[in-house]
Amino acid sequence: MDRQLLIVSTICFLAAVARTIMSLRAGIFRPGRFNFLAIGLGFIFQTAFLSIRGHALGRCPLTNLFEVFIFLAWSIAVLYMLVGPAYRLSLMGAFTAPLVVLLQSFALITPIDIRHPVKLPANQWLEFHASVSLVSYGAFALACIAGVMYLVQERQLKTHQLHSIFYHLPPLTDLFAAITRLLWWGFALYTVGLISGFFVGQPLPYAQVVCAFGVWLLYGAILQGRHLRRLAPKHVAALCIVGFSAALTLLWGITFTAQIQSLP
Amino acid sequence: MNLFCVGLSHHTADVAMRERFAGHAETDCILRSAGCAEALLLTTCNRVEVYAASSARVPTEEIARCLVRMGDHEEMTAFYRHENADCVQHLFRVASGLDSMVVGETEILGQAKKAYELARASGAAGPYLHRLFQRAFRVAKQVRTHTEITRGSVSVGSVAVDLAQRIFGQLNNCKVLVLGAGETSERTARSLVSRGVPDLRVSNRSIDRAQELARLVDGRAVRFDEWPQHCREIDILITSTSSEAPLLTPETLAPMLCSRIDRPLFIIDIAVPRDVDPSVNKMEGVYLYDIDSLQSVAAQSLAHRRQQITAAEAIIAEHVADFGESISRVLNRKSPSTEHRAIGDTSLHASES
Repeated sequence: MDRQLLIVSTICFLAAVARTIMSLRAGIFRPGRFNFLAIGLGFIFQTAFLSIRGHALGRCPLTNLFEVFIFLAWSIAVLYMLVGPAYRLSLMGAFTAPLVVLLQSFALITPIDIRHPVKLPANQWLEFHASVSLVSYGAFALACIAGVMYLVQERQLKTHQLHSIFYHLPPLTDLFAAITRLLWWGFALYTVGLISGFFVGQPLPYAQVVCAFGVWLLYGAILQGRHLRRLAPKHVAALCIVGFSAALTLLWGITFTAQIQSLP
Repeated sequence: MNLFCVGLSHHTADVAMRERFAGHAETDCILRSAGCAEALLLTTCNRVEVYAASSARVPTEEIARCLVRMGDHEEMTAFYRHENADCVQHLFRVASGLDSMVVGETEILGQAKKAYELARASGAAGPYLHRLFQRAFRVAKQVRTHTEITRGSVSVGSVAVDLAQRIFGQLNNCKVLVLGAGETSERTARSLVSRGVPDLRVSNRSIDRAQELARLVDGRAVRFDEWPQHCREIDILITSTSSEAPLLTPETLAPMLCSRIDRPLFIIDIAVPRDVDPSVNKMEGVYLYDIDSLQSVAAQSLAHRRQQITAAEAIIAEHVADFGESISRVLNRKSPSTEHRAIGDTSLHASES
């Protein structure tokens, strides 16, 4: 039942992607209400899935890589719904939907939904650590998407080749302001997540701690470079993509290791 | 009842001929002398058209006589005539900007609305023209919403302003320096000021000319030897001096950019020969557009607008068919005995005269 909800959710996000592709092929790029509604509907089904799974587990549904991916996709969608309209980044939906489709499709297709043989005991600190960290990943994901949008627009402005999509992108300076805010939000949440990780009451693998601090340092350096005006906006945008790729790799590593360790 | 349109436009008449017909027409003459039941006059710099409804056929010459006091027989070749379905289609195309000199321009819709308001207020437009024009406004709106016929700018000045807004968003925090007081830079500066630029500086070799332009655009004059210092503060530079050698090179610009790494600099170089070394465009955060690149963007927009014509024509065709059916229904309901030719009747074709 819960997987069916997720399939419907993925179809909703896929509809937003299909609409975007069709618009681009017709030479008319119009984000409009359809994309926002499709993403909104997809988000409702995602929430329903997480709710059912949470009730079944009796805890926050973050027990395997499958659930982590879905929670991450949910974080991205919820942050888009909060940030997109506020910063008039309606086009961000066109970039957000493919990322969510990718995450959810990967989670649905690959055999990573491995149920634990024994019911895991609830650990509030662990749940808090995992959920806050994943929401911070959502902010980093949106900063990455905004970074891609920035680079697309920057490239078109530099080359003087303005395509249909150019006319629907937010102004360059507005995009950069959104990237900065998302980075700050992501960094603050990630810091809280990182600190709470020390209270979970479990031994932390050394490599994970080092990598987690590596990601924290990377984002800290980006923000420092931005704050001290050492980094050009284009480089900040590019580093957002690098940072999110690193964070995603780390996330996969942590969950994969945890899953391996929990197997009997 | 017949709906028809008689007129001339930039397609059929040059400006010298168009200006002979503009401004002389009187709707009264069309209504009384020509015997039309309803009439509406649409006059712009690119067209002079009469939209009318009559129970009997009114010759084109009769309408033309109302448009100009001294009729010349040769001038009749410039007139076109569209009847019923073709008249409806023509008006829908005109209102949507498809028949305009610059495809997709939106000014024509406002002009058509104004013409309709005048005709309605004077009582010259009745139920037929009312329905026709209300539908035309709806069609124009739909075409604008569902196609990209109005996308982008198609003149050098508006492209520059459009790009500035794409980079900075709201221009009410932008600082602009105009280097050289040429006509195009003046026009561009005026457009920027009209979009909210609060701080505009003008620099020219002749300080008098700089002061004159500064006064015209509500800016302030800057001595020519001081302009490099202002480059550290400004967001947009418009340059159009007659200098033989480039005024800005990567070497001269680099120190000015040090303190503004997070703020883009938009340079509009409309001078020929160019004032800014093209390699400046490779610098971080600098967006350089010379006259060729601005024209190229304008051409891209125009080409894109032309690509949208097919989609716009499809919308118009749907409305023409629907309008023909709906007005036939209305006519039949009103007076079943009245003889009339259906507007949607495909056997009717425009007759050019």
